[in-house]
Amino acid sequence: MYGKGLLKSLKVTWDRFWDTYTEDISWMLRGKKRYNTVEGVAHRSSKNTRGIFTVQYPEEQLIQPEESRFIPFLVFNEGADGKKEVLCTSCGICAKVCPPQCIWIVRSNDPVTGRPVPEPTEFYIDADICMNCGFCAEYCPFDAIKMDHDFAIASYGRNIYNMQKLLKPSSYYESIRPQNFKIEEEARKAKEAAKAAKAEAAASAPAA
Amino acid sequence: MDYEKLSLPNYNIPEDIQNAVAITTLDRLYNWGRRSSVWPLMFGLACCAIEMIAAQTARYDMARFGMEVMRPTPRQADMMLVSGTVTKKMLPAIIRLYNQMPEPKYVVAMGACASSGGPFKEGYNVVAGIDKFLPVDVYIPGCPPTPQALIAGMIKLQEKIDKESIKTVTWYNKEKVDGNYVPMPILGPDLIDVRRNAEIRDIAATKEGA
Amino acid sequence: MATALQTSTVDLAARFPNKAAADTRPGFTGFIVNKENLIEVATAVRDEFGYDLLTAVTAVDYIAENKMEVVYHAYKTTGGPGLTFKVQAERVDPIEVPSLINIWAGADFQEREAWDLYGIKFTGHPDLRRILMWEGYEGHPLRKDWKEPFFEEEVKPFKSRWPEGKHTFAEQKNPYRDNLNFPKDFDPENFVVEKEEDLYASLERHTTKDIEGNMKTDHIVVNMGPHHPSTHGVLRVAVTLDGETIIGLKPVMGYLHRNHDKIGERNTYLQNIPYTDRLDYFNSMSNNFGYVTTVEKLMKIPVAERAEYIRVIMAELSRVQNHLIFIGMLMNDLGTMYTPSLYAFEERELILDIFEAVSGARMMCNYYRFGGVVRDIPDDVLQKIKDLVLERIPAKTDEMERFLNENEILVARLKGIHVLNAEDAIKFSVTGPVLRASGVPYDIRRADPYSIYDRFDFDVAVRHNGDMMDNYLIRFDEIRQSLRILEQAIKQMPQGPINSQKPAYQVRVPAGEAYGRIESPKGELGFYLVSNGKPNPYRYHVRPASFVNLTAVETMCKGAKIADFVALLAMLDIVMGELDR
Repeated sequence: MYGKGLLKSLKVTWDRFWDTYTEDISWMLRGKKRYNTVEGVAHRSSKNTRGIFTVQYPEEQLIQPEESRFIPFLVFNEGADGKKEVLCTSCGICAKVCPPQCIWIVRSNDPVTGRPVPEPTEFYIDADICMNCGFCAEYCPFDAIKMDHDFAIASYGRNIYNMQKLLKPSSYYESIRPQNFKIEEEARKAKEAAKAAKAEAAASAPAA
Repeated sequence: MDYEKLSLPNYNIPEDIQNAVAITTLDRLYNWGRRSSVWPLMFGLACCAIEMIAAQTARYDMARFGMEVMRPTPRQADMMLVSGTVTKKMLPAIIRLYNQMPEPKYVVAMGACASSGGPFKEGYNVVAGIDKFLPVDVYIPGCPPTPQALIAGMIKLQEKIDKESIKTVTWYNKEKVDGNYVPMPILGPDLIDVRRNAEIRDIAATKEGA
Repeated sequence: MATALQTSTVDLAARFPNKAAADTRPGFTGFIVNKENLIEVATAVRDEFGYDLLTAVTAVDYIAENKMEVVYHAYKTTGGPGLTFKVQAERVDPIEVPSLINIWAGADFQEREAWDLYGIKFTGHPDLRRILMWEGYEGHPLRKDWKEPFFEEEVKPFKSRWPEGKHTFAEQKNPYRDNLNFPKDFDPENFVVEKEEDLYASLERHTTKDIEGNMKTDHIVVNMGPHHPSTHGVLRVAVTLDGETIIGLKPVMGYLHRNHDKIGERNTYLQNIPYTDRLDYFNSMSNNFGYVTTVEKLMKIPVAERAEYIRVIMAELSRVQNHLIFIGMLMNDLGTMYTPSLYAFEERELILDIFEAVSGARMMCNYYRFGGVVRDIPDDVLQKIKDLVLERIPAKTDEMERFLNENEILVARLKGIHVLNAEDAIKFSVTGPVLRASGVPYDIRRADPYSIYDRFDFDVAVRHNGDMMDNYLIRFDEIRQSLRILEQAIKQMPQGPINSQKPAYQVRVPAGEAYGRIESPKGELGFYLVSNGKPNPYRYHVRPASFVNLTAVETMCKGAKIADFVALLAMLDIVMGELDR
């Protein structure tokens, strides 16, 4: 019959339309909130999603996976007296591996000896050249540069980030990437323990 | 976010007539009208265009901001979303589109390439940022910015619109009436920005070697 | 499971003594053919040896030896390994090489590209105009002695970034303070703009003619694009119309030419991976796959077993998502504005969630590394993949078919509109779904298996009418086959390391050449690399499926109605990032 295909098409759109109501009503009957809750957003991103698919940014946000990456930032540990202990040693690996070459690092030199000191004087990232590839974070041997989750960074001018803007505390890093942070902490502790054991062995060796 | 409402926040309008009565200023009315219906030009250049399309689809739904009406013709568009790498070959077409857009018009540089040339900046056919030719209102970093980042940028644009005043905007100013016209660049041995003709001639004359 | 067809190795040097010789440079393969005998040898390669599909034509500038080399890669549509032959010419202008357009019509655009970027004149080419840059552009950019305006250093990493890396704009280093370079004593005020007369001259045009009743009619030329809502990006097409019938058509491209080749030759091997993401921006996973396979070929390193499965899973998910978008966008082009594409994008978003969870980014995944992948799939994501592959996507594909396939309007628009027949498709080097829809069961996953595709049980989707309906339906077939592969891959995936190499930001690549190719969702995606043992490739060339497939567009559209043109173009599933690079 001519027109059967059209009716079939309309049936699909009708079902989809109807789903938006049945889904909302079924959530209501179960006494759950479908909107503005983490549970609701998670369900809308799952295999069972039906009906309204919209995640109403900025009121609600998609759940960002841990690995999600945007512009890099530099990690610092909060020292005892509020001093920022920057993890970066200005080794330059991130600047070398960066595909669009958007990282600039000024290495500091000891004013007395003139030898390089493991801390950068300045660190620039041209956020408008950065291609968010994540190589800098991947190849950093000191876990000093990490990829941020913050994407709402639009501005009215060109974005060239200096060290001031790039530095973020390790507590922030822990909050966005808890699992990675845990793994790295454990590895660091194991390394320190191994180092301590080695030092101890070296200290006790002459006595024996 | 209180600019979403037409009424000024400092007047106490009884709740039962809030839908019918608003006390506001002309500027606020003007800005409210524009911020709620920023129609983008249906115009995509590269990878970012796909995220722009994604931002229009069900999951992000830019219609919530009055930005769903993508107009293929520049005559009906309010905002040019430069979504992707601007190449020298494409630039004359972009400038022509921009010049055809009626005012008020806004330009948003979406993604690294449109803002500065991005990862392709060093390329011989790439314009190092659309801001070399057009006045950019909002820069959205990211490669590509996710649809949510794009919406965040659009909110930023709305904030900018909110702060404008009918008295200071360039398009009602008689002296500045041509202020938004950008002369068309020419494709010669390289891209010729006709505003810089004399400068180009002088530098070319002093060029070393062949 | 079929194994690769065994073909006897062809020895061109024995067949053509004094006319062809084996390439004996270390790491190189194939034959070097004398320039004068190229046509004769190429004809024999096609007719005697049966290499009917010329996939890649590219050039290399060996400036130290003062030579230009044109490299040809030919394959058989029945499967098996390919044949590489090369022609060398003195690097003195004009560099002339005979054109192979009369033997393989698919050489058309690729020869024009070599002319544009290398300045090699292909004698006998009927329409040798610039293709990516505009007519009148100064210089041939891919020559090794040509420097772009923002040229900083020969290779990355640049020394200005560390240890004294004060932020500078590249503009400040150029005298024009912009990405510009003009010949000496150039005067822009007295510059006369070249009109695009060559383009219009290449179109078939006729002057006024009489039709019945002595009414004078003329053919009109219409330019579609580069800003056109339905040309899938910034493509421009100049069309000659007789009424509503297309009688001549020339695509004009390069509006998104981002200089991948030039930038790629400055990058290190590793730095090129994120750049490949931006080729076909729908399928960054597939692009990564093609590139790393080629570099692994050069490096001769194995791939970790688990990583092979992860790679296949990601590439096939990418294919499913690409074909869903294809269907949605085709409907947009046909005028079913938005509803089907909104449905398609919904499923795509779910697949992109997986990509984001494993790689960190939705679109630009940068997930593959030499020897494996960057990180393992977390358990919860693997569960999500299973949910999608086993439940959601099959159900939604069925729904999409219910939704569209029998719709009378759609059938009327698609059925019987001829796209390509098998003979033309092979002639124009068309690959991918378009070739298969015209009845040629050529799928590189089967014909010349790479990675671990020989372990999976799947059918090569093929349809025989070569009309738009078949081109449309074959996308559904391919989604189904991809789901079959995915199911098996998830089931068989072993535990173990995800990379056979230690993570290193500098890789050692021995000197030599390699051509690696994969079946990307759009067709054959090839990478041609020449290494000279240094940390960056000497030649980095992408053989994009969209670009070569577009060669056939004129033949496809001649005689069709202008209203069908947009849909016909949609059939090729072009994406500008890959087309223009």
